Amino acid sequence: MKKTYKIEVDCANCANKMEEAAKKTAGVADATVNFMALKMDVVFEEGADVKSVMKDVLKNCKKVEDDCEIYL
Amino acid sequence: MTKNQKKNLIRIIIAAVLLVALHFAPVDGWLRFGCYMVPYLVVGYDILKKAGKGILKRQVFDENFLMALATVGAIIVAITGRGDYTEAVAVMLFYQIGELFQSYAVGKSRRNISALMDIRPDYANVEIDGKLEQVDPDEVEIGTVITVQPGEKIPIDGVVAEGESFLDTAALTGESVPVAVRAGDPVTSGAINQNGVLRVTTTKKFGESTVSKILELMENASSRKSRSENFISKFAKYYTPAVCIGAVLLAVAGPLVRLALGVSPMWGDWIYRALTFLVISCPCALVVSIPLSFFAGIGGAGHEGILIKGSNYLEALADTSCVVFDKTGTMTKGVFEVQGVHHSELEDEELLYYAAHAECASSHPIAKSLRDAYGKDVDRTKVSEIEEIGGNGVIAIVDGHRVACGNEKLMKSLGVLHRECSHVGTVVHVVLDDKYMGHILIADMIKDDAREAVRQLTACGVKMTVMLTGDSEKVAEKVAGELSVDAYHAKLLPGDKVDKVEELLAKQKDKEKLVFVGDGINDAPVLSRADIGIAMGAMGSDAAIEAADVVLMDDNPVKIAKAIRIAKHCIRIVYENIWFAIGVKLLCLALGALGIASMWLAIFADVGVMVIAVLNAIRTLFVKKI
Repeated sequence: MKKTYKIEVDCANCANKMEEAAKKTAGVADATVNFMALKMDVVFEEGADVKSVMKDVLKNCKKVEDDCEIYL
Repeated sequence: MTKNQKKNLIRIIIAAVLLVALHFAPVDGWLRFGCYMVPYLVVGYDILKKAGKGILKRQVFDENFLMALATVGAIIVAITGRGDYTEAVAVMLFYQIGELFQSYAVGKSRRNISALMDIRPDYANVEIDGKLEQVDPDEVEIGTVITVQPGEKIPIDGVVAEGESFLDTAALTGESVPVAVRAGDPVTSGAINQNGVLRVTTTKKFGESTVSKILELMENASSRKSRSENFISKFAKYYTPAVCIGAVLLAVAGPLVRLALGVSPMWGDWIYRALTFLVISCPCALVVSIPLSFFAGIGGAGHEGILIKGSNYLEALADTSCVVFDKTGTMTKGVFEVQGVHHSELEDEELLYYAAHAECASSHPIAKSLRDAYGKDVDRTKVSEIEEIGGNGVIAIVDGHRVACGNEKLMKSLGVLHRECSHVGTVVHVVLDDKYMGHILIADMIKDDAREAVRQLTACGVKMTVMLTGDSEKVAEKVAGELSVDAYHAKLLPGDKVDKVEELLAKQKDKEKLVFVGDGINDAPVLSRADIGIAMGAMGSDAAIEAADVVLMDDNPVKIAKAIRIAKHCIRIVYENIWFAIGVKLLCLALGALGIASMWLAIFADVGVMVIAVLNAIRTLFVKKI
């Protein structure tokens, strides 16, 4: 399943870091951060609980880039 | 400018003014240190704060940490040695200027590009209890009659129920000539109604309408990343740590080597060199300019009616070496038109008059093209005793004359001696009262721009142009000759086209890409098999938008070459930026290691390069004249 979220981030490199962090989160099959459109596409693994996975994604992103936001 | 940007601008100005003022202030010792700390903290407190947080989260290779380390280091070097704090403050100041510029430029291009694609309708006028009311287009059901006033956008795809007007489709197709519509004509959402009031019966939901599809496509385009973008993110991942390790080595190894050689270690000098490394370590210039180039390139192309579904396709388009296209609908108009009247015993007009009237009841495309060529209204009262002879033609009484129109078979069955046509196409022979009167040649017309399109393709570096068609060898040969394509293959069934494309793909060299252009209606398998599938004339055709990688909104074949040129332009800028930014950074790193580059040069390598790269990237937006 794929979902798209609006995000807030200042710099392009931070966006790449968020992408990395999101990809490594358990339950996420793949993630793409689109810095120009300020969007994050997340593909979830089969049977993953979207809500709790996204909470982890946000936590991991905050870890690499303090100033980011994902609008869940 | 956003609130945040304004605040940062004010901080930058205050710090800059203070810095210049302090340059003339006669202060010394710790007072001097204290004075310089004011602008430093004004402009850099947030960086220091973020750096602190970064350390707690063990993110040491984060830009903020590096900047904080470099400037604090420079201040310590200044305290212990030269007493020049300007550099440290300036590094922070220029870093912030760079960040501000980047955020402003990116925000600006975001807005510019969304303005270019400003086709989203905000409301639909629906008549409720005799009054027009503005409702959310999402809530309009299929089959609702909506009213579109002059100057308004058509919000949902539909058919004109009432009214006549001209539509401006420039935002959709890049074509500025208005299109006339009247009752019964289909209209596409996103077009602007110019002069008359139109009442439109909707045929789709808003979410399925052309305008929604286009917007969705544009918004998702930059999520499909190109090779260059992936390369840069990878590069950034290794670049920053590598430079930092380099800095540490420089700070430690340099003095140790000098100690071993028995000369003064000059710790301060080597640490200073290491700090310049840290200033150059931020990969921002590259990381921001590459996606910005693609985003702007895709946005600019979209404004020209060329929708590119992803950065990866834009990149691939630039490597196009072979363009394969379908004949009907792509290079020809796909409608039959009267090309000429030959060997006529009567006036041409008169012959057309009889033919059009005899065929007045037929729904065959040939009959329609005869009526179109006649041009005036057909008076059906003049026609009687119409007898259609399936597959051969028609016989009818027109103005008391017995008129027979049809092909050779009809002539043979009537026993009339006819003249062969030397041209390629469908021939309609006309017989009036058992006397041969001549024939009318009908053929699919080559588009006005088709020749030019092929010429431009060759001019922009395409090595091979191939035409595929299901038509006869004779027709294919003629069209191929007129277009001057390199090769053609005739009598192909839809499945054969896939095989032909496979064959051509096998001949391609490594990096070369094959483009297939079709009208998107029955080309879906070929469109997806080619490296890049281009569907044209796609306004209103969902299937084409779905199957293709690049969608041309109108059916002008010249746009194929234009799309390739835009891609090449964009990719050139991307490579310029990659080489320029990496080149300057490496050069400055080398100079810094040798002790030639001061921190000022390092600031240029970081912020200056970023500003230049971003400005260069924005150039991709301007594709109109390409």
